[in-house]
Amino acid sequence: MCLAIPARVEQINGDDAIVNLSGIRREISLALVENVEPGDYVIVHVGYALEKIDPAEAARTLALFAELSAQDSAGEPSP
Amino acid sequence: MKYVDEFRDGALAKIIAANIARAADPRRQYHFMEFCGGHTHAISRYGVTDLLPDNVHMIHGPGCPVCVLPIGRIENAIQLAQTPDVILCTYGDMLRVPASHGMSLLKTKAAGADIRMVYSSLDALRIAGENPHKEVVFLAIGFETTTPPTAVAILQAQALGLANFSVFCNHVLTPSAISHILQSPEIRTLGRIRLDGFIGPAHVSTIIGSQPYEYFSEEFQKPVVIAGFEPLDVMQAILMLIQQINARRAEVENEFTRAVSRHGNRKAQQLVAQVFELRRTFEWRGLGWVPYSALQIKTTFADFDAEKRFKIAPLAIPDNKACECGAILRGVKHPRDCKIFGTACTPDNPIGSCMVSSEGACAAYYRYGRFTESRSTTTQQ
Ligand code: SF4
Repeated sequence: MCLAIPARVEQINGDDAIVNLSGIRREISLALVENVEPGDYVIVHVGYALEKIDPAEAARTLALFAELSAQDSAGEPSP
Repeated sequence: MKYVDEFRDGALAKIIAANIARAADPRRQYHFMEFCGGHTHAISRYGVTDLLPDNVHMIHGPGCPVCVLPIGRIENAIQLAQTPDVILCTYGDMLRVPASHGMSLLKTKAAGADIRMVYSSLDALRIAGENPHKEVVFLAIGFETTTPPTAVAILQAQALGLANFSVFCNHVLTPSAISHILQSPEIRTLGRIRLDGFIGPAHVSTIIGSQPYEYFSEEFQKPVVIAGFEPLDVMQAILMLIQQINARRAEVENEFTRAVSRHGNRKAQQLVAQVFELRRTFEWRGLGWVPYSALQIKTTFADFDAEKRFKIAPLAIPDNKACECGAILRGVKHPRDCKIFGTACTPDNPIGSCMVSSEGACAAYYRYGRFTESRSTTTQQ
């Protein structure tokens, strides 16, 4: 039940919002977050947005995944 | 799906796997605990362990809220649901958790009790509004992610003057469970489990931030890397842990920077602080009584506290004798060590709580893990 998914905010009405969860529209609460705007991505959990997703940080993490690390363990790389 | 598919990309997984293979020192063993059930689920579902060198071991932690709720509390909920004019609302996963005498909330419901599955705490509020002549109780469970939604529901009930709404609070805290594990005799004195580092929770950390883990890196000299829930997040976190161990560092690092900051979600923290306070002690299935590991509703909101309203008394009920959930939650045993795993105990007929939620170690291993050995031989052919 801890599984939570990123969703795109489509409409905002006070503390209520409609989000798009891969094609499915769902009403959620924004009571726990601040400064959310339509188009933002939020992490949705039990009907609430827990936090906004930072697109720049997401891109940085993806770039990090693609980096081949130069660090060797003890000199000889394992096969 | 944006922010999901990219973090499951196979080509990137190969790069990270190669980085891990290069970083892992063949002369040593690495033991990491993923605290959170969401990570256990991702590791099993995407076969992450198959991509790891043999000397990197993953140990499942107790971070599944359904799995750690002791039978006594479920029995309390069942009795509550059987009270005349009570509607008990709860998250779906709770319904199938086995209690004593083969009972569960689902069977209690089938026997006529008014138990409703809700998706959000606000659904429970709505049900209270629609049923003014009934007592509506929200069975609240979970770690720091589900606590703020419960706080919002209580504050809204107060604002709306909903006198028939209350909460049976079972919210628990992640950092105290981690300290408890690190101080357990299995680790401290018996040395039966080795733990070299932790993968820190994803969504719990969005709320509490990375700061609460700094204590573990300082006090216990164990590295913690907070990771997102996608398989690449978990793999990158494993790489970061290996790099820390190799460099003899024990720091808190954050792989999930796209959603976690050092201080977390302050608005959510304030709502929680407004409504809840620490409990002196709370029983966890598998860990026993853990001091200051759970929350209770503040006396200022006593009207909304089901424990007070219905005078719920603590019940001590032992687990099924055959069930190894307790040892599994502490990282001492693996689901395959349980004699009734996959035979008497299956997701359709769970004997222990670890088999109920998809984040439970037994359920995750049942669904995805138990064929791993045969799968790896077929891919080699
Ligand atoms: S397989 Fe079932 S009985 Fe055995 S430890 Fe897991 S949940 Fe408990």
